[in-house]
Amino acid sequence: MAIKDKLSGNEAIAVAMRQIDPDVVAAFPITPSTEVPQYFSQFVANGQVHTEFVAVESEHSAMSACIGAEAAGARTMTATSSQGLALMWEMLYIAASLRLPIVMSVINRALSGPINIHNDHSDSMGARDSGWIQLYCENNQEAYDNLIQAIRIAEHKDVQLPVMVCYDGFITSHAVENIELLEDEKVKAFIGEYKPEHYLLDRDNPISMGPLDMPAYYFEHKRAQAEAMKNAKKVILEVAQEFEKLTGRKYGYFEEYRMEDAEVALVIMNSTAGTAKFVVNQLREQGIKAGLIKMRVFRPFPFEELGKALSHVKAVAIMDKAESFSTAGGPLFTEVRSAMLDYARDTRAISYIYGLGGRDVRTDEILSVYNDLLEIIRTGQIKSTFNYLGVRE
Amino acid sequence: MAYNLKTLTQKEERITGGHRMCAGCGAPIVVRTVLRALKPEDHAVVGVATGCLEVSTCLYPYTAWKDSFIHSAFENAAATVSGAEAAYRAMAKVGKVKGTTKFIAFGGDGGTYDIGFQALSGAMERGHDMVYVCYDNEAYMNTGIQRSSSTPKYADTTTSPAGSEIPGKVQFKKDLTMIMVSHNIPYVAQSAPFRNLKDLYEKAEKAIYTPGPAFLNVLAPCPRGWRYNTPQLMEIVRLAIETCVWPLYEVVEGKFILNYKPKNKLPVVEYLKPQARFRHLFTKENEGLIEEIQKEVDRRWNRLLELCGEA
Repeated sequence: MAIKDKLSGNEAIAVAMRQIDPDVVAAFPITPSTEVPQYFSQFVANGQVHTEFVAVESEHSAMSACIGAEAAGARTMTATSSQGLALMWEMLYIAASLRLPIVMSVINRALSGPINIHNDHSDSMGARDSGWIQLYCENNQEAYDNLIQAIRIAEHKDVQLPVMVCYDGFITSHAVENIELLEDEKVKAFIGEYKPEHYLLDRDNPISMGPLDMPAYYFEHKRAQAEAMKNAKKVILEVAQEFEKLTGRKYGYFEEYRMEDAEVALVIMNSTAGTAKFVVNQLREQGIKAGLIKMRVFRPFPFEELGKALSHVKAVAIMDKAESFSTAGGPLFTEVRSAMLDYARDTRAISYIYGLGGRDVRTDEILSVYNDLLEIIRTGQIKSTFNYLGVRE
Repeated sequence: MAYNLKTLTQKEERITGGHRMCAGCGAPIVVRTVLRALKPEDHAVVGVATGCLEVSTCLYPYTAWKDSFIHSAFENAAATVSGAEAAYRAMAKVGKVKGTTKFIAFGGDGGTYDIGFQALSGAMERGHDMVYVCYDNEAYMNTGIQRSSSTPKYADTTTSPAGSEIPGKVQFKKDLTMIMVSHNIPYVAQSAPFRNLKDLYEKAEKAIYTPGPAFLNVLAPCPRGWRYNTPQLMEIVRLAIETCVWPLYEVVEGKFILNYKPKNKLPVVEYLKPQARFRHLFTKENEGLIEEIQKEVDRRWNRLLELCGEA
C-alpha cells in the first residue's frame, strides 16, 4: 500500500534519499536546494540512515568529494542549485568521464547575474553537455519517482553515468502537494545493493583513476562515454517499466498530453507543464485540438521519438525557460527543431523564451502562444520564429 | 626501532620506477619516502592534484602507483580524498571494506597554497582521517615556472621575471605551515628530503598513523625552476635547512617542536648562490636585496625558536 502524504518537493527528495540510504552525501547550502541537505542531515543526526554526511566548504568540493566517494565504491548523492551547479561545472565533466553514477538533485534556479534566487532552467541547461543524464520533473511526485529511478539508471552496468534530477525552485521545491510514497523496504528492494565493478577501496584490485589521457586514447574514451549515454536510452525505459509495475505510475522520455490528434502543441519542461495542461483542457473544451509534450529526459536526447511525436502536429511552440544568447532560440528549441528536420519536416516550429528569473507564467500567456500557433495554421505564415513571452520590451 | 634507511629501502616500493619525473626533482623522493612509512599490510588511497606528479606518474595506460590512485582536478585533491575517506567510514559501518586503508593527498604548492587552499582548509577543518602532503617546489612548475604564493621573494619566474625595473617576485613566501597550524589539527609538520630522509620518514609515519587530519609541508626542489645542477638536489635541501630558510619542525596537538637546529646557521647567500633563479640578486644594481631576504629569514626563524621554546 502506497503511503499518502503531503510534502514539498524538497521534502519528497529528502525522504527519497532517506529511503535510498546512500553511503555518502556531500553538499553545500544554496537557495532553493538548501532544505535537501538540511532535512537529510537531520536523518543522519537521528541515526535513520548510515550515510556519512560531508558538510563541505563549497559546491566545487561537494562534487569533488562525491567523486572521491563514488570512486571509492560508495553510493553517493548531493543536491544543488544555480551558482552551486556553476561552481561544480569543472567537476561535472570529470564525474561523467570517470563514469561515476552519482545522483544529484538540481533545484532549478536562475544563474547570476544579476543575482536572482527564483526559478528558470539556465543552471541545468548550461550543464546539458557535461555528460550527465538529465531528468526533468513537473511536480514533487515526479521528483520523488525520478530520484529513485535515477539510482537504477546511473548504476546500471551498461550506463555508469551520473544523473541530475531537475525540478523547479520554489514552485516545486517549496510548494506542498499531495504525494504517494513507497514503503522504505520497497525502495530498498527496487534500487538493490550498489556493487561497483572497480573501486578504490577494493584493496585486492587496486586501481588508478583519472590518468592523463593523450591523443592516442582520449577520443576512444569519449566515444565509449557517448556509447554509455546511448545505452542509457534503453535502460531509462526498462527502469521506468519496472517502476510502473511497482507504482502504477508511467514514465517515458516525455509525456504526451492530449497529443493523439493534436494540431497545435507546446514542448515544455517542468512545472509550467502543469499550467499549460490547464490551458490545453480549456482549448479542448472549445473544440481546439491542442496538446503538449512535457520533456522528462533531456540527456540523452530522444531525437527520433520526439521528432516522430511531433510529425502529425501542424504547428508547435518550443518553450525554453533559459536563454542561450544564440539569438536563434533557447537550447530546447534548437534540439527539438533539429529532430523535427528528420521526422516532422512539415510541422511549423517557433521558439519562446519565458519565465526567466522566476517571472510568473500565467494561463493567459500560455493561451496566447496557442493562439499564435493557430494563427500560423490559419495564415500559413510565421510572423516571428524567435519570441519572448511575458517580458516588457 | 631506530631509523635505518638501508633496512627501510628493503620494503617494497609503492611507487614504481619508470615514471617520468625529471632527474634531480625532489617530488618523487618525497612521495617514495612518505609511502614507505605505510605499514606493508595497509592499503592506501592516494589522491593527487593536477601537476607534474600526476601527469608524470599516471599516463594512460600506465600507472606508477601500486595503491589505489585518483586524480580528478587541480584544486581539489583534499576534497576528493576527503570523499574517499568518508566512503571508507560509511562502508566500514556496513561491513563492506576489509583491512585498514589510509588516505593520502599530494599536491604541489600551486595546488595547495593557491588554487587548492580552500579545499585543503575545508578538509582539514572537517577532521577527515587523512594526510595532505604538499611537495613545495615554490612555483607552478608543470605549466612552466609561474610564480605562486609559495615562490620566495625576488625569485625569477616566468610570471615574476627579473627585469630592469622589477627584480623578480615582489612578495615574500606565504607561510602555509603556520596557517595549517592555526587549523588546530592533530599533526602539522614541515620537512624536506634531508640527509638520510629520517626527518621526512618519521613525520610521514606520524602523519599517517595519527588519527584525524594531518598536514605535511615538504620542500621539494625543482631543477628546471630553481635552475641548479640536478646532482645538487640534496645539497640544495641541506642549504635550505642550514640557512634556516626552511626550518624542520612539527606541531603535535598544538605543541611546537624544533627538529633541527643548525650548529652554524649559514647566511642565506649560500642557499641563493647555486640557484640561477636568484642570479640577478648578485648584480650591482640589486645590491641590498639579499640583505632584505636575510632579515626576513632571521625574523621568521627567531619567531619559530620562540614558539618551540628554544629562544
